Amino acid sequence: MSDIYASIEEAAKELYIRALKDIPADVRRALSRGLDAERAEGNATAERVMFTILENVKVADEQDTLVCQDTGLPVFRVRIGTGLAIDGAMLEDRLRAGCERATREYPLRSNTVHPLTRKPTHTNTGRGIPAVKIEFEPGGQSIDLAMAPKGSGSENMSFLKMLNPADGVPGIRRFVVECVFDAGARPCPPIIADVGLGGTSDVAMRLAKEASCFREIGSVNPDPDAAALEASLLDLINQTGLGPQGLGGATTALAVHVEWAHTHISQNPVAVNIQCWRGERARAVIAADGSIAYAS
Amino acid sequence: MHHELRTPLNEEVVRSLRLEDTVSITGEIFGIRDATQIRIFDHGVAPPVDMTGGICLHTAPGVRKLPDGRYEKLSIGTTTSTRMNRFVTPLMQQYGVRAVVGKGGLLDDSVESMRRIGGVYLAIVGGAAALETMQIEEILDVWWEDLMPECLWRFRVKDFGPLIVAIDAHGNSLYERVKKQAAERVRGLRFD
Repeated sequence: MSDIYASIEEAAKELYIRALKDIPADVRRALSRGLDAERAEGNATAERVMFTILENVKVADEQDTLVCQDTGLPVFRVRIGTGLAIDGAMLEDRLRAGCERATREYPLRSNTVHPLTRKPTHTNTGRGIPAVKIEFEPGGQSIDLAMAPKGSGSENMSFLKMLNPADGVPGIRRFVVECVFDAGARPCPPIIADVGLGGTSDVAMRLAKEASCFREIGSVNPDPDAAALEASLLDLINQTGLGPQGLGGATTALAVHVEWAHTHISQNPVAVNIQCWRGERARAVIAADGSIAYAS
Repeated sequence: MHHELRTPLNEEVVRSLRLEDTVSITGEIFGIRDATQIRIFDHGVAPPVDMTGGICLHTAPGVRKLPDGRYEKLSIGTTTSTRMNRFVTPLMQQYGVRAVVGKGGLLDDSVESMRRIGGVYLAIVGGAAALETMQIEEILDVWWEDLMPECLWRFRVKDFGPLIVAIDAHGNSLYERVKKQAAERVRGLRFD
């Protein structure tokens, strides 16, 4: 039996490093399908890019090293079972400590700077970072901890537009496709395109971020209208032909994830957050006795 | 067509490369990023090394400092070039750089400068740092350590690539071609 706060810190550290080294199985499968698609199209450049991506994932496995040099900004989603008594301030403190240890002990490149002075913190933490989203699971007896080191090439391609209600679903589709087109080669396609609909402006952005950081490829929104939007957007985005790395091809996006919240009668918020091809994330469950089970 | 290049590059070699050719590089390349070029061009500090015929990689490497002051590579990858577009023309014009290795491409004015001066943009696969780190044999030099990790770096590379010629020295850009085609396709899409 170990102290649950020590386990939170240890898991936070370990998840940060694991997410950077080990590409999730669903993302690997989607990348392999992308290679097959480009090969079938006979596009030598796109096939070369997809082959290199998969080769890189393999080398990272063999060498036990980072897939990409961008160690990102740490994002956590914590689902706390309400059967546990957890001190929220302690939780945040330990998540921060875990990121700082990963940065110092591995060592990971630190990316965090002050937005005005650009002065670095050297810890991958700082004011408001890590970004932590807390949820509760009624009656649960464990903590489900998910982590994503969100890379900057894709994060710089974030968009928000308050559409008019009269723009409807066609307006939403058009805006998302135009965002992907504007982003072009910059977010390291093939991308995962993530859309937050409704809520207030910040809620829409947060939903898009959760979709990009924590949804598995192959998962479908349980709401049939949202699921239909996911499918139609994936088809539209791949019709652009931007392709892997924006160098042309059939695989511009590996998946589209939509999350939604109710909104105001006079609002139609649409947020887009893009994830790069590495689709990095890692997850662990911490039991009441402090034992940690890492999800594969 | 595939080309095996050795550094430094001259204009003739650069002009022989065509769009979508692949190249691999053996020799020395420089690592530069936003802060490095802000120092060179916005603060007017000349690089303390001759970059003539040089190849610049857009990177900020993850490294570990060794007790003897040298740096061990941990993870070296590539960042988005478009952010640093405005430095490409002066890099070629003032310091004789012949090639930029990056991801995401460059804008029209750089394509035109590459045509006029004789330069190429070589696309590497963004995010593929594990492979890239293997192909960089050694960190030879580092200048301006106060900008860490955005220092001016010099790496020794062997068979670095294959890279894709995505902007050639004849005014062609693969990004531009793909983007133009994509724009036409977006115009034809039905959103209802």
